[in-house]
Amino acid sequence: MPILKLNKVSITFGGLKAVSDIDMTIEKGQIVGVIGPNGAGKTTLFNLLTGMYVPTSGEILFDKGTSIKLNGLKPYKITSHGIARTFQNIRLFGDMTVLDNVKMGFHSRTKCGLFSSVIRLPSYYNEEKKVKEEAEELLKILNLDSKKNELAKNLPYGEQRRLEIARALASKPSILLLDEPAAGMNPNETKELTGFIAWVREKFDLTIILIEHDIKLVMGICNKVYVLNYGNLIAGGTPEEVQKNPQVIEAYIGSEGA
Amino acid sequence: MRILNKKNIIAVLFILLIYAAGEIMLRQGIIDSYIELNIILIGINIILAVGLNLVTGFTGQFSLGHAAFMAVGAYTSAILTAKFNQPFIVAIIFSAIAAALAGVIIGIPTLRLKGDYLAIATLGFGEIVKILALNIDYIGGARGFMDIPKYTNWTWIYFMVVLSIVVIKNFIDSRGGRACISISQDETAAEAMGINTTKYKILAFVIGAFFAGIAGALYANYFYFIKPDSFGYMKSIDILVIVVFGGMGSIAGSVVGAIVLSLISLFLQSIPELRMVIYAVILFLIMVYRPQGLLGKGEIKLKFLRKRVA
Repeated sequence: MPILKLNKVSITFGGLKAVSDIDMTIEKGQIVGVIGPNGAGKTTLFNLLTGMYVPTSGEILFDKGTSIKLNGLKPYKITSHGIARTFQNIRLFGDMTVLDNVKMGFHSRTKCGLFSSVIRLPSYYNEEKKVKEEAEELLKILNLDSKKNELAKNLPYGEQRRLEIARALASKPSILLLDEPAAGMNPNETKELTGFIAWVREKFDLTIILIEHDIKLVMGICNKVYVLNYGNLIAGGTPEEVQKNPQVIEAYIGSEGA
Repeated sequence: MRILNKKNIIAVLFILLIYAAGEIMLRQGIIDSYIELNIILIGINIILAVGLNLVTGFTGQFSLGHAAFMAVGAYTSAILTAKFNQPFIVAIIFSAIAAALAGVIIGIPTLRLKGDYLAIATLGFGEIVKILALNIDYIGGARGFMDIPKYTNWTWIYFMVVLSIVVIKNFIDSRGGRACISISQDETAAEAMGINTTKYKILAFVIGAFFAGIAGALYANYFYFIKPDSFGYMKSIDILVIVVFGGMGSIAGSVVGAIVLSLISLFLQSIPELRMVIYAVILFLIMVYRPQGLLGKGEIKLKFLRKRVA
């Protein structure tokens, strides 16, 4: 039973078909790569999966014991069902501390309301304590605990990327979407990140879908790779299969005749 | 119980001490009625500014219609106390609820808008309320509402200021408050973190309106007389100036801002010709040299007190 299934998902902006008739099957526990040239529709696909865009047609099914139809749900609902993401251009809450950024990830799993926070009922203190402990624990695991009181915007680039992943993990997702996690990293950092992603998948028992331009990273850790070009899915399979696919080669380096 | 921890006990003692000091000075005549008038005005401005700060400073939703909620509260209280002889506490509660309801009604359609669009929409809402008040004869229309009983005094103003600060401060330091702050930082990321952004924007708006309603009730029941013009967009801008001047995202900033700005215009009253010019120059200089406002995002802590007591 796949954890995520896309049936003929399309979205059009005006006359432009940004993503057309995409079928995907994501198995639980896998790391799935989505690659393709710039403007191929990769981030649009992520925006569809997280509810930021509503598909024009097709359906997205998420299996969480029972099958849930994700298209049409608001982003915050989808997050609470267990799909978390990071962004291509890091989107942290810059003026909040590192710890508070991670606490935000707990939002969908906690429920302290207006009344109990204003009156400061015991439930408020209990929940705040639990959130703080768990957030600190998460920061420790991701090696960010020494910076927990710094403002997020003051962290170096690599740590901001890691904090974004920490914040996403705080919502206890079953699927984690990473949008170009290695963007702006040098080969050494990318190598380190590759190991880190595999480790996170293991440690938090996740299914990971990642968009990446770094072919080495994708080929190194992905169980399955999908290739998009001009909004169409042109290939899907194991990294080896995809690498040999003539259509993929054409999309990346042009056809032999050209 | 954690509520009775050392920090809270000291805070309560501190609050009561200031109250007692004010009360004694009033009874001894050290505070005359002129100073009392200014204290009441400062208190009303603090309540308004702290509420607007939640909306504009913390949640990042630019509102130019805050005085309209004050008008709703003021007229509600005036009707209840003058026409129905209700006790002041009842009038205050209903004023706050009426303003909060107005906040829901105006918040649901307008908070879909962002930035300048939201500012214009709230400005329009403010004018609608004013024009409604101008045209309803029952509440005096353009002549104003007269013979409102005077109930507001130091005790009421002081404890309402404390209430608004405590409630909004507690809200900010909670799950909901963090959600509001995250919306002002990055709405897309907030939504991706599982936050129902519409809900929290409306919630912030409604809490702000609730306290503006209380401020309106305190205002109406101090001056015997209210008229629609007192709650126009100029009043909204006055409140916004306090928030920006004190520091967007700082509750202490709003308190300090309200006090400092009132004192400045008080001292300038001796030179009426130049009053507004100097006032404007001071605002200008502060914004150029300290754009984040007097306190930025900082808060005043009672730590120094705690150390001395402990």
